[in-house]
Amino acid sequence: MNDNEQAAPLRFIDPHIHMFSRTTDDYIQMAAAGVVAVIEPAFWLGQPRTSVDTFIDYLSTVVGWERFRAAQFGIRHYCAIGLNSKEANNEALAEEVLDILPRYLSKEGVVAVGEIGYDDQTEAEDRAYRAQLELAKELDMLVMVHTPHRDKKRGTSRSMDVALEHGLDPSRVIIDHNNEETIDEVLDKGFWGAFTLYPHTKMGNERFVDIVKQYGSERIFCDSSADWGVSDPLAVPKTYHLMLERGIAPATAQTVCYDNALAAYGQSGQMQADHWEHPPAIDQRILYEGNSVLRGQEPTIPQGTEAVEELIIR
Amino acid sequence: MQWFNTSLTKLAEAPTERAINLAISLTARKLGKAYLTLDAGDMAAAQTARPGWQPQRWSVDQAARVAILLATVNGDVEAFRRRLTQLLRTADFGELVAFYQGLPLYPAPSDLRALAAEGVRTNMRAVFEAVAHANPYPSEQLPDGPWNQMVLKALFVGSTLAPIIGLEQRCNNDLALMLCDYAQERWAAGRAVSPELWRCVGPIITDRTLACLSRALKGDDPIEQEGAALALFSNGSETALALLAQATGSLRERAQNGELNWERLLPGGGE
Repeated sequence: MNDNEQAAPLRFIDPHIHMFSRTTDDYIQMAAAGVVAVIEPAFWLGQPRTSVDTFIDYLSTVVGWERFRAAQFGIRHYCAIGLNSKEANNEALAEEVLDILPRYLSKEGVVAVGEIGYDDQTEAEDRAYRAQLELAKELDMLVMVHTPHRDKKRGTSRSMDVALEHGLDPSRVIIDHNNEETIDEVLDKGFWGAFTLYPHTKMGNERFVDIVKQYGSERIFCDSSADWGVSDPLAVPKTYHLMLERGIAPATAQTVCYDNALAAYGQSGQMQADHWEHPPAIDQRILYEGNSVLRGQEPTIPQGTEAVEELIIR
Repeated sequence: MQWFNTSLTKLAEAPTERAINLAISLTARKLGKAYLTLDAGDMAAAQTARPGWQPQRWSVDQAARVAILLATVNGDVEAFRRRLTQLLRTADFGELVAFYQGLPLYPAPSDLRALAAEGVRTNMRAVFEAVAHANPYPSEQLPDGPWNQMVLKALFVGSTLAPIIGLEQRCNNDLALMLCDYAQERWAAGRAVSPELWRCVGPIITDRTLACLSRALKGDDPIEQEGAALALFSNGSETALALLAQATGSLRERAQNGELNWERLLPGGGE
C-alpha cells in the first residue's frame, strides 16, 4: 500500500444490491470492508407476484425495514422504486402497480425510478418502461435502467433510444449491467455506465479492470447486484483492491467504486456523503440508535496472493 | 414554511389520497429534519393543548407530517382511522415514527388501539419507542395485555422503561409475574437484569416477587441491587421495608436519601 491509499479512509458504495435477499452476515462483512452506502432497486422476488398487495408490502419493506436494518450495521440504505421488466409482462397486475408507484416515489431515500427496462423486450415491457420514464420526467427523478441479459446489445441500444425519445436527460439516467459490447454506445450517448460484477452471467471484475484501463473512469462505476443467486455482496471492495493489484491508481479505483456512484445518484438530492459522515441528529438517534457506527474504523484489507485470488469474480 | 402552508390550504380544498400521500412524503425534503426548538412557553402550550403530550424530541418533518394528517380530519373519525391505517401500510421508516408519535393527538383514540398495538410489535426500535416513549397514549388506552407486552418488549429490545409514561399507574400482577419470570430467565443464562425491571415489580408484593427482589438485592450485580432497593423503598410497605433492611447500610441510605432514582438507574450504569 502506498501513501495515497492511507491518506483517506476507504469508502465504498454499492449502487445496485438486493439486500432484501441478503442476510445480516452480509451487512456485517460489507460494513467491515468499508461499504458506507447501498442502493437497493425494486426487483422481482424469484417467484412471480400475483397481486398488487404483495408489491405494496415489498416496497414498504424496501423503504422501511430494509433501511432500518442496514443502519443497524452502519450502512446507509437508499433505493430505487419501480416495476421491474419481468413482472411488467403480467399486464393487469402491471397496471395496478404503476398506479401505486407514485405513493412511494417521493419517499425519503428514493434516489431513482428503477430498476426498469427490458427483459425479453416484449410490448408489455415496452409499455411499462415508457410509462415509468414519463413518471420519472413528471417527478424530475433519475432513472436506473436494467439492461437485458439476453440480446443485450440491442436491448441496451433500445433502452437508451426510448429514454431519449421520451425527453430524458442522459446525464440523469444510469444504464446498468454493461459489458464490453454496450459501453461504447452508452458513453457516446452521454449516459452513466454501471457494471455489475457478478460471476458467470454478468461482468467479471478482471474484465472490469480492463475496461477501466481502456476507458478511464469517466461516468463509469461498479456494483454487485447481489441477490438470491450466486453473487457477492463484497464485489465492490474486492474489485477496488483488485484494481490496485493490477496497477490502477487508487484515485481512479475510488472513483469507480465510490465517487461516480455518488455523483450520479446524488443528483436526486436524496443521497449525500454527509448522511454517513455527519448524519443529522435525529437520524443519529433513530436510525443509528445514537451509536457512532463505523467511523474511523479501518476496513479489512486482503493481503498476499491467495487473498488476491479471493478478490477475483469471474 | 410557505410550502407547508400552501400544502395545508390545497389539502383543505382537495383532500385526495394522492395529494395527502405526496405532501406527507415530501415533508422531509421540503422542511429538513432539525429537532423542534421548544422553549418553556411552547412546552406549557403543548400541555394545555393536550395534557401529557411531550413533543420535545420531535423533529420538524415529524411535526409537519402529523399536522398534515390532522388537517384532513373533518369530523369523520372513521374516515380518519381508515386513512391512518392506509398511511401506516405504505409508510417508510421516518413516516412510521412520525405517525406513531402523533397518537396522543388523533381523534377517537379508543378506535386506534389495534394500530398502536401493531406499532409495538415492530422490531424497528425507533418505531417501537415512538409508541412507547414520551407518549401518553399507551397508558391511557392500551388494555393490560398489550401494555404488558410493551413493557416486556422494551426490556427485550434493549430500550429503556424510564421514558414510558404511566409505569407506576399501570402496574399489575400479571406484568409483575412476567417480569419476575424474565429476570429468572436472564439469571439462568448468566445475563444481567435491567435495574429498571424492578420498577414494575416493586408495587406488587407477593411471595414470588419478594423472592425475586430478594435475589436481586443480595446478588452480585450492584446495579441490580440498586434497582431492587429502590423498588422496595418506593413500595414503602412493612414487608418491603423489612426486606430492604437486609440490604447493606449504604444501599439503604442511598434509597432513602433520594440518591437512587429511576431516571438515572439504567442498565450498565447508564452512559
